[in-house]
Amino acid sequence: MRGIVAYGGYVPRFRLQRAAIAAALGAAPIKGARSVASYDEDTTTMAVEAGRRAIATSSELPSTLYFATAAPAYLDKSNASAVHGGLGLDPHVGAYDVLGGVRSGVAAVRAALDAATIDDVAMAVLSDIRTGLPGSSDESQSADGAAALILGRGPGVIAELLGRGCSTTEFLDRWRAPGELASHLWEERFVEQAYAAPASSAVADALKMAGVDVSDIDHVIVSGLPTRAVRRVTTKLGASRHAIAADQVTGAIGNAGTAQSGLALAGVLDTADPGQLILQVTLADGADVLVWRTTDALATFAARRQQLISEQINAANCDLPYTKFLTWRGMLGQEPPRRPDPDRPAAPPSWRREAWKFGFVASRCSECGARQLPPARVCLECGCVDQMVPERLADTRGTIATFTVDHLSYTPSPPIVASVVDFDGGGRFPCELTDVDPAQVHVGTRVEMTFRRLYTAGGIHNYFWKARPVGIEEG
Amino acid sequence: MASHGIRDRVAIVGVGCTSFGEHWDKSADDLLIDATGQAAQSAGVRVEDIDAFWLGTFTSGFSGMTLSRPLRMANKPVTRVENMCATGSEALRNACYAVAAGAYDVVMAVGVEKLKDSGFSGNAPAFPPDDGTQPMLTAPARFSLLAPAYSHKYGVDEATLKEVFTRIAWKNHFNGARNPRAQFRSEVSMQTIASAPTVAGCLGIFDCSGVADGAAAAIVVRAEDAHRYTDKPLWVKAMSLVSGAASGAARPSYDYTTFDEVTSSAADAYAQAGVSNPRAELAMAEVHDCFTPTELVLMEDLGFSERGQAWKEVLAGTFDLDGELAVNPDGGLKSFGHPIGASGLRMLYECWLQLRREAPPERRVAAVERGRTLALTHNLGGSPGAAVSFVSIVGTEPSA
Repeated sequence: MRGIVAYGGYVPRFRLQRAAIAAALGAAPIKGARSVASYDEDTTTMAVEAGRRAIATSSELPSTLYFATAAPAYLDKSNASAVHGGLGLDPHVGAYDVLGGVRSGVAAVRAALDAATIDDVAMAVLSDIRTGLPGSSDESQSADGAAALILGRGPGVIAELLGRGCSTTEFLDRWRAPGELASHLWEERFVEQAYAAPASSAVADALKMAGVDVSDIDHVIVSGLPTRAVRRVTTKLGASRHAIAADQVTGAIGNAGTAQSGLALAGVLDTADPGQLILQVTLADGADVLVWRTTDALATFAARRQQLISEQINAANCDLPYTKFLTWRGMLGQEPPRRPDPDRPAAPPSWRREAWKFGFVASRCSECGARQLPPARVCLECGCVDQMVPERLADTRGTIATFTVDHLSYTPSPPIVASVVDFDGGGRFPCELTDVDPAQVHVGTRVEMTFRRLYTAGGIHNYFWKARPVGIEEG
Repeated sequence: MASHGIRDRVAIVGVGCTSFGEHWDKSADDLLIDATGQAAQSAGVRVEDIDAFWLGTFTSGFSGMTLSRPLRMANKPVTRVENMCATGSEALRNACYAVAAGAYDVVMAVGVEKLKDSGFSGNAPAFPPDDGTQPMLTAPARFSLLAPAYSHKYGVDEATLKEVFTRIAWKNHFNGARNPRAQFRSEVSMQTIASAPTVAGCLGIFDCSGVADGAAAAIVVRAEDAHRYTDKPLWVKAMSLVSGAASGAARPSYDYTTFDEVTSSAADAYAQAGVSNPRAELAMAEVHDCFTPTELVLMEDLGFSERGQAWKEVLAGTFDLDGELAVNPDGGLKSFGHPIGASGLRMLYECWLQLRREAPPERRVAAVERGRTLALTHNLGGSPGAAVSFVSIVGTEPSA
């Protein structure tokens, strides 16, 4: 038996109301909101956040990682290696990019499933930042987010793969040259027709391989950016009305492109019962179909789960101004502070301190127990030298000792909110706060760490960790 | 561990200080030529008669040639020193030790900074390449961290604390308005200060020291030679420098309401000078008021006030020109301006004027008139939790 052993999703905190776009552009109001990655997030940082959530619930660590996105932060150099670093994975874990097309999301899942057949535990992390020109449907209907699936074998499988089908077609429904801000789209009526045949053939193959009938399916997820084709394929499947309403994510936050199918699947797994059938259809340059059956292990997995996708969807800041969204996306240039641009992070020190910078690995003195952030050779309490053991603090919470709001410093989205964080179990580090309303910060505010892109300088993305206020703390 | 000090072994016999401010028409070279010339004239010597030089600058030049080149001075030892915002004091400290050691007869400490050519707001130094994991906070933001911590620890509400900061800025502007060399030479109403645009945390523009160009210098000789140059030398009673372990930013026991480095350097300086009650013994203090919360906390760290009480003393006017202990009678960094390398020596310049009763009548310190003879300078670099601190005490009377 092979299949999903753990999963996690990440929905960024901000929502852009579609009505806010319409109001700014003088168009008729549209309902709903889309999720928006903050100025300090990209597909790599969101992948780390989704991956952390998957690993936190997994009894097995992946030995291979595939990272899929249509909006990579880097070309030439891997992005998966930064995700690997952010997750604090062992150097022996392979980390590979699957980039470019929206279809690369399915590719990563398939590759991870294939790895799982050869005694490997593999992780597929799907991440996307979607945008479009102001006023476009891509802009208002898209979403940003990430999802991670850990695929493996054995009794820990919570959703077993029963069948798969695939059909590839070369045609133009959407395209974007490297560097372009927005995609070009062909007429939707053509696109709808072009997806019909590949979808029906891939679905038929997958159901046949799984040995199930479409009427047996409990949850149907049809994903893809071509909205009209998705709608037609969904209705033509012949699945039950209840089953085709399975995707509760896309309607709530918009279409996260490469990550859409993964987020929708995570949402379904959050609420599914053991022994249920899930039909997952993804439309991109053809059709890919996966048929899953949840197992009894899903019940014990549910006890380990820390946060539901629906909880992330609800924990939103719903008031993002449209002008801020445009600024974050580089479509509205604003006067910078009269301050020097930040220096680019240098390669050798970043390499020397990879565990700290990417993994948030501090050190603890084995003589006196004092924790040090950043890791140090000489203990700040007892002064002993080179007696440190590494300690990852990415999942350790802390409390704000003091804080400030800096209106003068350079930041991609002023002002910088910064705080001094005292970590549970010892150690202090002054760092930036994010996803934060400055008025809600106090001495004593509880925070958690999140992997972010601080700024970009000289073409180098400065990845590091920030703190963000914890919504409601359990226990 | 021992810190013996060099009490009364060296003396200041001449000082110089340019006006501080936006000197668009002057280079660092010009400022150095002006300050060194003034100091030489003050001591009645020629620059070429000085044996050795310590030049302090944070960002305005490298090497001793920053001074020897504009002065066209050949075959002289010039040491460039840097210790962040305490750079000017570091130049003085090294110059004094060279004389005390007997290596030279007459030396000069000079500090300069040319900040206004950068085109940026505030100070924007370059730092060595790193991994990009240090928070990019500006100086006002780093010092504003003191405010919520002080408020939390001593139960002083934010509005009251803002009043305290406003009172400090108001006092230093009041003093600076009486100082022809100050960058800002007008009084500013408390309402204007309190309602100024926010820079960081609760700090408005008027809570921040002036970004200025300027230079200052002092001439140091052996104590026994001092009266050859002036009838009223300033005896160096104490100098203490502490470079912190920067552990406040890494250690939860540090509470952001104090500078451990200041407490430590002050204790050392008081021991060297034989001062047991600074508030009762000092005539005045020039302290590093880079931002108003800094001055508040310094009043406690320097022992001028009990812990948690300085905010009341500020509001009561204890540190006003006519108060019990005048602090920053020249306007301080706030109003005189803060050309980094020059500030420590500018503080000494004011001690010179006040203790010798040469300050303009409108800003004379009452305690000098009452017969007190000691003045303190305090210079700070870095930020809360990670600082270098310098404290000196000078006086007009040699010890009995």
